This record gives sequence, C-alpha cells and structure tokens, in this order.
Amino acid sequence: MSKVVFENLTKVYSNGFKAVHGINLEIEDGEFLVVIGPSGCAKSTTLRMLAGLESVTGGSISIGGKVVNGLPPKDRGIAMVFQNYALYPHMSVRENLGFGLKLAKVSKADIEKQVNEAAELLELTPLLDRLPRQLSGGQAQRVAVGRAIVKRPQVFLFDEPLSNLDAKLRASMRVRISDLHKTLKKTNRSATSVYVTHDQTEAMTMGDRICVMKDGHIMQVDTPANLYKYPKNLFVAGFIGAPEMNMVETRLDRTGEGKCHLALSSQMLGLPDEKLQKVLTNFTEDVVFGIRPEFIKLADENSPQDEIIRGTIVRMENMGAEFYVHFTVEDRELCTRIPADVVEAKLLDAIGKEQLFHFEMNNGHIFSKATEINISL
Amino acid sequence: MMNKVFPNKAALSADLKNNPMLRAEIRKQRVGASIRYIILLFFGLVMLYPLFWMFSAAFKPNHEIFSSLSLWPKEFSLDGFINGWNTGTEYTFGRFFLNTLYYVVPKVILTVISSVIVAYGFARFEIPFKKFWFVTLVATILLPTSVLLIPQYLMFREMGMLDSYLPLYLPMAFATQGFFVFMLIQFLRGLPTDMEEAAQIDGCNSYQLLWYIVVPMLKPAIISVALFQFMWSVNDFLGPLIYISSVEKYPIALALKLSIDVTEGTQWNEILAMASIAIVPSIVVFLIAQNYFVEGISSGGVKG
Repeated sequence: MSKVVFENLTKVYSNGFKAVHGINLEIEDGEFLVVIGPSGCAKSTTLRMLAGLESVTGGSISIGGKVVNGLPPKDRGIAMVFQNYALYPHMSVRENLGFGLKLAKVSKADIEKQVNEAAELLELTPLLDRLPRQLSGGQAQRVAVGRAIVKRPQVFLFDEPLSNLDAKLRASMRVRISDLHKTLKKTNRSATSVYVTHDQTEAMTMGDRICVMKDGHIMQVDTPANLYKYPKNLFVAGFIGAPEMNMVETRLDRTGEGKCHLALSSQMLGLPDEKLQKVLTNFTEDVVFGIRPEFIKLADENSPQDEIIRGTIVRMENMGAEFYVHFTVEDRELCTRIPADVVEAKLLDAIGKEQLFHFEMNNGHIFSKATEINISL
Repeated sequence: MMNKVFPNKAALSADLKNNPMLRAEIRKQRVGASIRYIILLFFGLVMLYPLFWMFSAAFKPNHEIFSSLSLWPKEFSLDGFINGWNTGTEYTFGRFFLNTLYYVVPKVILTVISSVIVAYGFARFEIPFKKFWFVTLVATILLPTSVLLIPQYLMFREMGMLDSYLPLYLPMAFATQGFFVFMLIQFLRGLPTDMEEAAQIDGCNSYQLLWYIVVPMLKPAIISVALFQFMWSVNDFLGPLIYISSVEKYPIALALKLSIDVTEGTQWNEILAMASIAIVPSIVVFLIAQNYFVEGISSGGVKG
C-alpha cells in the first residue's frame, strides 16, 4: 500500500508568505496524479513537502498510512526526478544509479543486479560507464528516472522532469514514463506517482487524475476527461484546453415560464432544458459564458434557431488538419476550430465576411461572475 | 583570431580578390592585433625580466653579477648551485626544502578541510545570527595580519610551541583564513542545490552529502584554495622568522636570508641559485593544478 494523503496541508514561509492553504488530497495506491498550475501556484512546494525537502507548517502528509511530517527524505520511501536531472556530475551513470543503494548498504552484487535491471528497462545499458556530461538531455533524464526506479520507492515524485527537453523528445519521454508506470504496476511494484508540470499536454496524456492548483489552493481534482468536460470553475476552464475556452461576460435573462437566455451582445442564446434546470437552482444574473472552440460549428439548416449567432470572421490560423477561425460578435472575439476540408469548401476568402455559427449549448458552461463557480454542472 | 571571423579560407581568398572593403577590414584587424601583442609582449617582458635576471645571475660567478648588464653569463659557472646547495651551515639546502614541506603540507591540508567545512555550514545551513557571523568572517579578511602577531606569539609561547612548526599550521585547523572560507562560500552559493537534494533523497546525511556530493563539486575551488595556500606559505617569511629559531628547522625563506647575513660579503650567485631552485615547487604545483582551474566539473550534471 502506498496511498498518499494530504490533510489540511499548510506551508507558511519564514517571511510570512503563505504558499499552501490547507489542502486535502488523496492519491490512491498505484495512481498517476499530475499536479498542474501556473508558476507560483505552490505545486512544486507541495511536492517538495511530500519529498521532505521542505518543512510542513501545518496539517499532515502520510504515505502508506504513516504520517511522514517529521521524517527525513530518505525514510519516506520516495524517489524524485528533478527538472534539471540533478545527476551527480562526478559519478558514472552506473554509480549514479546505484548511489542510493550503496548508501543503504545493499551488497555489491545486489546493486549490480538492480542497476542492470533498471538500465535494461530504460535502455541505458550502453551508457552505464559514461559521465553525466557525456549524455544528451534525453539520456540524462532517463538516468534520472532510472535512479528513481532502482530505489524501488513507494512513491515516485516528478518535478517538471521534461521541461528541459526539446518538444520532440518531450513527446517520446512522455510516452516512456507512462509506459514505465504501467509496467511497474503490472509487475506489482509500487508505482504511485505524483507528477508536477505546467504543461497541460503532459497532464492530459499522462495523468490518471489531474490536480489543478492556483495560489496554494486546489481548484479541482478529476480525471483528464472530466476536467476537460466539466470544469468546476472559471480557472480550471480557462487553464485546461488549447486553444482556450471562449469566455464571454454576459447576463442571464429569465424570460418567463422558466426560460433563460444568454445575451451575446445584442443576440440571444437559449439554454437547453437540462442546463436550464441546473442554472435555475443557482441562479445569478451576472455570469460568464464559456464554450470550447470545438463546440462552435458552422450553422446549417439543422441548427436550432436559438443556438445560432451571427459573427464576422477576422482571422484564420492554419494548423494543418484544422483551422482556428477567429470571429467577432460585435465587440467580442471568439474562436472556433474547423476542419481544414470544411474551411476549404465553405470559408475560402471568408475573412471580413459575416457567417452564422452554431453554438452547441449542451456543451457550454455558465459560471457565476461573483464566485467563478460553474453553475451549469 | 582571424579564423574566427572568416572560417572558410577558400571563400575568404575569393572574397579578398574582388572586395577591397574586406581587404581593408582585414588589414585593420591585423594591425590592431599586432599593436595589442606588442604592448602585451613588452609588459610581459618587463615583468619577467627580474626572473630572467635571477636565473642568469645564478650561473654567473659572483664578481660578474653586478658588473655586466648582459643576461648571458660570460663565464658560465655552476659554483653558485654547488656551494649554495651545501650552504654555510651543517645542513644542505635539501634539508631546508624538507623543512618547508613539513609545515606547508599540513597547512594546506588543514586549510582545505577546515575551510570547506565552515563554508559548507555557511552556504547550506540555517544558523542563528548567520548574517552577523558572515560579516565577522569578512571583517577578519580585512584585518591586517600584523595586528595579530604579538598576541599570537604570546599565546603560542604560553602553550610552549615556539621553535616548532605548530604555530605556523595549527591555526589553519580552525578556518582562520577568512578569505578561503569566503571564496568557497561564494563558489558553493553558485552551485545548484538539486544534486544535494537528490542525494538527500538517496539517503545521504549531512556528512555524506559533504563528502560524496559537495566536495567533488567543489573540487576546482578546493584546488584553487590549496594552490593559493601552498604558494603563499612557501613564500611566507614573517611567520617562520617569528616562530622558528633553530637553524635546523629553517624553511627556504629563512635559509636564503641566512646566507645574506654572512659578514665577509654576500655570495649572491649562491643565493640566486637557491632562489631559482626555491621557486621550482611553486611553479610545478601550479602547472599541475592549472588544468583543474579550468575544469568546470559541475557543468555536465546541470545542463543537457
């Protein structure tokens, strides 16, 4: 069992700055949890507290049912992969991998065996006798991961491990780490992982669950799909997804017999019944309407009348398979993603021209402007 | 230098033919470089002249040293070396060499060990009133050594350590040379702490951290410290002069002075010959350690 539990975890620095505001979180045994947030949201601080590199001001951290607040890092059963690899520059790859075991007074034969095993798993065998400075970034990062694996920890900690790599390498390392997690899980080894990143692609593709943080608070913890589909608040909605969700400050108008309309400038959008019921229970007038670009389509004859908006196309970005089409509805700019073939068929020379768009309101979100909470869930 | 600006020689010569601007540019650079080199060479020679003079005078007979300006000896003689080595005392110069090592080696070792430990403490641990202690440390660098001479002498006299090498190296066991501590602290502050954190997670305690991680990364700085301490200690005249009274314990610095005191006229060629030999260890040590100066050992582990 290597379940990690944060209970009311708080961090206040000696200068009085409150970095972490009493967070509660449970990370299941074997789970791959990604912690994501903008810089300064205390995601790294939280991870470092879990590692024991940073003291805990309040609350508790437990690993495998045991409170570890006062334990030094080496007694917590953790291994950590750092952003800049943190390989020991004067030791060969082999020594780097085996250093933790050597300190734990494991016999030489066992060290050799475990190092070789990890090296094989990460295809490091030909590099074992090199020094860190003779490795490329990707290789160095693999050694850093290997160093963690060799220790057979209860919990793996990753602190933005891929942000020093170039985009291509990052993509392949992403897959590698995910696969590794699965392999470890399959072989019944502890594989609970906490992965801190600011890259949402990593978060979406790697995490069993994602924890979104902001200013030392947890905004939402959920699976990538749920986080994307059902953001609990404005911050999560805006943070996850590229291109960003369209957000429009607007008014929610009750229009008799339990009907509601959203005013998008002078045009109106109706709410489907399902959304309506939820919105009415938390009704507030000043709202932010959010809709992801892929849920805005070109309107056709099947589009419901109260989901159509007239806009003027101002810009089109060619992304290869699709276009990001930016359009304005009077003073507001919105963005939609349209497949390249549709653009070629219907939108050639469309810049500056008017166009009808279908807003799929079932997939839209309505946030209270005051509380920033999603009232349409 | 030229190659840096125009890496491709073939292209360069082709360009040269039909581009007068380029030709002028190159000539300008060449003239500039020549002027720079001439100036550097001149000052280099001015600074090296005393050294050359010392070497050449060591091979001259005594009467020629002050009578001719030429650096090349008219009468080549090894007498200076032979007589100088035998010295006017019952010991050979080799004895004084060894004497020097007897206190310089412990001095260097103690300096390195104590300075590294103190610097590690300053750079990596939270100590109460750390700022105050650090300012105090820096203040000791500014303190003239001569201020301490008398109290220190009295102290070592009370401890019965006069006429031994202990007063020369014992203080070094307590990181008394603030300059070295300061230098190491600055170096440590520049090192990323990630590796130390990784080692902590790997199971190092503070001492293992120091030995396995910090010391290897500090190697270039440690070598610099050792080198400075070695050269300064070999050159030290005042320390041995104050504490060493018997000739059999004299280090090189005092032994050279010994020959000057002789009443019937100084054998300058002997002194200069021995002085020439005396600087050999410093030069050799410097040449050996010089490579490590340049080696940025931590760079490999830090960036990809």
